[in-house]
Amino acid sequence: MIGQYTRRKVTNYLMLTLCGLATLAAIAILLLVVGYTAVNGLPYLNLEFITQTARPLGEPGGGMRNEIIGTLILVGLASAIGLPVGLLAGSFLAEYGDGRVGTAVRLVADVLTGVPSVVIGIFVYIIMVRSMGTFSALSGGVALAIIMLPIVARTTEEMMRLIPATYREAALALGISRWRTIISVVIPGAMTGIVTGSMLAVARITGETAPLIFTALGNRFGFSGLLNPIAAMPLQIWRYATSAYDTWHQQAWAASFLLVIFVLFINISVRWLTARRYGYTR
Amino acid sequence: MSHETDWERPLEQRAKIVVERLNAWYGPVHAIHDISLTILDRRITAVIGPSGCGKSTLLRCLNRMHEVQPGARAQGEVLLNGENIYASGVDPVTVRRRVGMVFQRPNPFPTMSVFDNVAAGLKLHSLLSRTRFADTVERALRRAALWDEVKDKLKKNGAALSGGQQQRLCIARALAVEPEVLLMDEPASALDPMATLAIEDLMRELVQDTTIVIVTHNMQQAARVSDKTAFLLANAQGAGELIEYGDTPQVFTNPKDERTEAYITGRFG
Amino acid sequence: MVAMTGYLLESAWPAITRLGVEFLTRVEWDPVQGIFGALPGIYGTLLTSVLAMAIAIPVSLGVAIFLAELAPNWLRGPASLLVEMLAAVPSVVIGLWGLFVMVPVIRSPIERWLGQSLGFLPFFQGPPFGVGFLAGGLILAIMALPILTAIARDSILAVPSSQREAMLALGATRWEAISQAVLPYARSGIVAAAMLGFGRALGETMAVTMVIGNGYRLTPQLFSPGNTMASKIAIEFNEASGDLYIGALVELGLVLFAITLVVNLLGRIMIRWMAPGQRVGAQQ
Repeated sequence: MIGQYTRRKVTNYLMLTLCGLATLAAIAILLLVVGYTAVNGLPYLNLEFITQTARPLGEPGGGMRNEIIGTLILVGLASAIGLPVGLLAGSFLAEYGDGRVGTAVRLVADVLTGVPSVVIGIFVYIIMVRSMGTFSALSGGVALAIIMLPIVARTTEEMMRLIPATYREAALALGISRWRTIISVVIPGAMTGIVTGSMLAVARITGETAPLIFTALGNRFGFSGLLNPIAAMPLQIWRYATSAYDTWHQQAWAASFLLVIFVLFINISVRWLTARRYGYTR
Repeated sequence: MSHETDWERPLEQRAKIVVERLNAWYGPVHAIHDISLTILDRRITAVIGPSGCGKSTLLRCLNRMHEVQPGARAQGEVLLNGENIYASGVDPVTVRRRVGMVFQRPNPFPTMSVFDNVAAGLKLHSLLSRTRFADTVERALRRAALWDEVKDKLKKNGAALSGGQQQRLCIARALAVEPEVLLMDEPASALDPMATLAIEDLMRELVQDTTIVIVTHNMQQAARVSDKTAFLLANAQGAGELIEYGDTPQVFTNPKDERTEAYITGRFG
Repeated sequence: MVAMTGYLLESAWPAITRLGVEFLTRVEWDPVQGIFGALPGIYGTLLTSVLAMAIAIPVSLGVAIFLAELAPNWLRGPASLLVEMLAAVPSVVIGLWGLFVMVPVIRSPIERWLGQSLGFLPFFQGPPFGVGFLAGGLILAIMALPILTAIARDSILAVPSSQREAMLALGATRWEAISQAVLPYARSGIVAAAMLGFGRALGETMAVTMVIGNGYRLTPQLFSPGNTMASKIAIEFNEASGDLYIGALVELGLVLFAITLVVNLLGRIMIRWMAPGQRVGAQQ
């Protein structure tokens, strides 16, 4: 009996320690990724990196101005399409989403979240790139918009459902129409939530690479219109990383560091915002 | 040993649990203050008092379940058969093995069958070879007066029983490891009157060979089932204190403290 | 969704009609000859994802248990945040890190050591390349970890404390209470987490593309360079010429789409199937 009791105690400590170690490992991986990116990228991240375009191979220096601008344009395009549509879809789900149509839309949104981004890229390639005959910034924006759509829609829905029904009823009782109620009462009330959801969606698509291979393609020269191929940071990181040249690797690290800083900054500020607004502590 | 001769033994010999100056906290909140009392062997001790008086906390200190909650701690002595369960080096796991507990709301394991629910404790301690589980499970279910109702559905989900049956299942689960003491935290508060009566009858049966401490907000129940009654009341700081402790008939018919009288006559609480 | 399926089908049509059912079972991939077989890609996708789950499920369960059950209050928030931030790091950055930091470590000592000590198993034979299925599986494990952890943690937190206490009151150790009361109660959430993580791993593209080594083989050797469907598409799409070649890649995408869809739907069905325990429990 003593032996058995000892074995139980040992198992207990062993398993609990393993759980702690697993957590340590998970956190260590994040720190390693961010740490290596910082150490390898920081030395090359300077004014030149942001303001200069790429130099020919062999020449030192140069930067990613085109890629940074390209990513900004792509994300801007995607937001211009994805945010309003996502907001509308989310409002629809929150207000009218209990019927059969709502359930179907919600299901589609959920399934869309699970669709690999590479498949979305191919899809946009077929409907836009092939029919228009050229890779383009626009198609890249559309692909990214499709990725952000379900994220924005579902956060909007959840946040709008948090608005107490009494607010809504008060406005409706005053004879205000349903859509005006939504616009003037529900959406402002859910604003913080919607903004944070949108920020998360933007952070998510900024680093997306796979769909851009089939749509934005990349462009060694500067921006030349929405209907032409456009450069993007994540694409360039991939190309540089899989190249054989040290100078390109350095540029890839620097760009990665920029991306990581941006994405982590958004995520952490979202945490901070939600924690303040909703007293969310977990 | 019959009941009668048992009563005549000196108090200290009949003591099962001796609580000495027990204090308990939830974080900064002082929940019970300086409680001392002696719980007799093979008797039912009822702990009564208005809500928030610390009666559940006191109960949970008796098998070191109090400290399971985040930020909760206890100080003082609880002697089980003369050994302090709060002494350093005492593993709460062994304490809980000897002092079983039944909770306010029935909490069978919904992922287990009726049989496995009762056998859960046996499996933990590997008290028996698996083939002999069956006998012990049956005995525990019989003692919990549930056997006849569930003997044909031992493989059914434990959570599919009625509320009263679920609570008796939880009692059977606690009894299966043959604890020396059974703590019951308002065991009938979530049940209908018939199920409540069944549980009370059961307690009178069980106390033949175990010690029972029951927390209840129902004074009739305390009067009906218990041998000893402890009355707790929160002091000005909100910490529960022991106001009166004595034989149940005396506490209910001739309370020594006027606050006890006020409470049992329903003037507050 | 329907439009998406439709367009994909239409575009893959030349390949589907020309390559037939053999597309799914053929091993060769030779654009010059016009021979395309998806099997090594399907195999690579499943192999790396299963490998990833074999690593990520136990680890993320451990993390989830720690965060939900063991961590002191002051640690819980920051630790959860850090684990979740891992999900925010872009795939391509994880890939870059994987390629330049993780892969060298995998080549030596990990693969060298595995080859020497377990080399009698077919999985651990062959030269240690570093890049390959093993690296792909590991990088996918890292990428699936945050979502697995988050869902598992939330379903553990949703277990009523009465379940934990019931087991503890029987004289269980903390681990016994977790493994015998808490985890069984939370199992549908944990299964959901696993399915979602698996779906994510199946479709993950960039990071895998960068560390899997661009081979196209059907081999049990984990050190061997390979490809998943997603990485194959990403690597070859811009070089592909001709309707048939592009069609074959699109068809590969279609197969990937179908598999992720099935996994996601299976996940939902399994959750529903597992639900009785959860539902009854919820009554308490």
